[in-house]
Amino acid sequence: MDILHAFSPDNIRFIFEGFYMTLKVALISIVLSFVVGCIAGTIRYTRLPVISPILGVLVELLRNLPLLLIIFFARFALPDVGIKLGVVNSAIVALTLFEGAMIAEIVRSGLNSIDKGQIEAARSSGLSYMQTLWHIVLPQGLRRMVPPLVSQFISLLKDTSLAVVISLGELMHHAKIVIGQSYSYTIPILLLVAVLYFLVNYALSLAARRLETRLV
Amino acid sequence: MPDFSIFTDYFPIYMKGFGNTIVASIIALIGSFVLGTIIAVFRISSVKLLNWIGTAFVEFIRNIPLLLVVFVFFYGLPSVGVTLSGFVCGTVGLTVYTASFIAEAIRAGIMSVPRGQTEAAQATGLTYIQTMRYVVLPQAVKIVIPPLSNQFLNLVKNSSVLGVFAGFDLMYFGDQIASETYATFDTYVIVALLYLVLTLPLSYMALRLERKLAQTG
Repeated sequence: MDILHAFSPDNIRFIFEGFYMTLKVALISIVLSFVVGCIAGTIRYTRLPVISPILGVLVELLRNLPLLLIIFFARFALPDVGIKLGVVNSAIVALTLFEGAMIAEIVRSGLNSIDKGQIEAARSSGLSYMQTLWHIVLPQGLRRMVPPLVSQFISLLKDTSLAVVISLGELMHHAKIVIGQSYSYTIPILLLVAVLYFLVNYALSLAARRLETRLV
Repeated sequence: MPDFSIFTDYFPIYMKGFGNTIVASIIALIGSFVLGTIIAVFRISSVKLLNWIGTAFVEFIRNIPLLLVVFVFFYGLPSVGVTLSGFVCGTVGLTVYTASFIAEAIRAGIMSVPRGQTEAAQATGLTYIQTMRYVVLPQAVKIVIPPLSNQFLNLVKNSSVLGVFAGFDLMYFGDQIASETYATFDTYVIVALLYLVLTLPLSYMALRLERKLAQTG
């Protein structure tokens, strides 16, 4: 039976090693891009002179480029200017920059959605700008950001697969190697990989839906 | 500063890739709109089986990577005897993947029109098709256009996945030129600029549409 050969213990272990790498890179990038995105989004929202416009241009550039290009860039172009990163770090840097830019926009529009009257009320009751931001705008804004943030995290997890082009040992890369052993492995292995991605992402989206109903 | 001889020397190759990226995007755009609309109709249909097929398609495809969808066409089909080029596999994969997002956007738009309006329209004697045509769809379009334009922007960016399967798009040729000339940095900057030529106007248009439709309510 081909399916039994395809799912031999060695192959299964190899696929799960890839899956572990996918989850690891995704988790690190989620945390980093969330931090980067929150900072960049908040700075853009506050309209600081010089810094906010520069960040705005950076965010727009990154958002409008294919992630694949950013991954290639981090791995193969940065060494040209003296920045050498390993495969894993290139993937994490590229994902953090791209998804961080996406999250910056989510954060900015979340903050913008808070009624201006609330800010005026807070300011006139004596709160400083930073206090208003921290106690009034951010808590409410973050709550509205949860659904788009979670879908962005799901995108990020799916996007880790693009690091296959720099031979990061993640799920798709390992799947490709196993498929290379025999044509007959292709469909069972691709199905297994699809199920793995699906399970994680579907669980994430279910959790998001539950969180959404609880927060609203 | 990028070395522009990298651009001028390889100009025809960049343009070939640029052209193929546009062609793949337009085909996938039309294809995913048609497929997405069909799936959306399935999802709101009262026929159980169609409803189930639509939901399964959307939930499954949305939760797996685009790359995997293209893998199925590129590596999966040959194992059952059908071999297609990287360009075709990439474009078809992109179409199927994007269709799942478009189906959700269209469904959300149609669902946003209150049920009472459909009931009222049917009570005044309009058929189901007429109700859709004159009451539901004109209102749904306004809600659907902003997410759709964002999906099309994503589609153009995602078309770079063709490069992984030798799909002769901008990403593929950029990569070829980079490895041939070793001028990696400059080449990728040029490729980035060419992508921005496509995506920045789209993204500006998406923003404009969103604001305009938000104003008219």
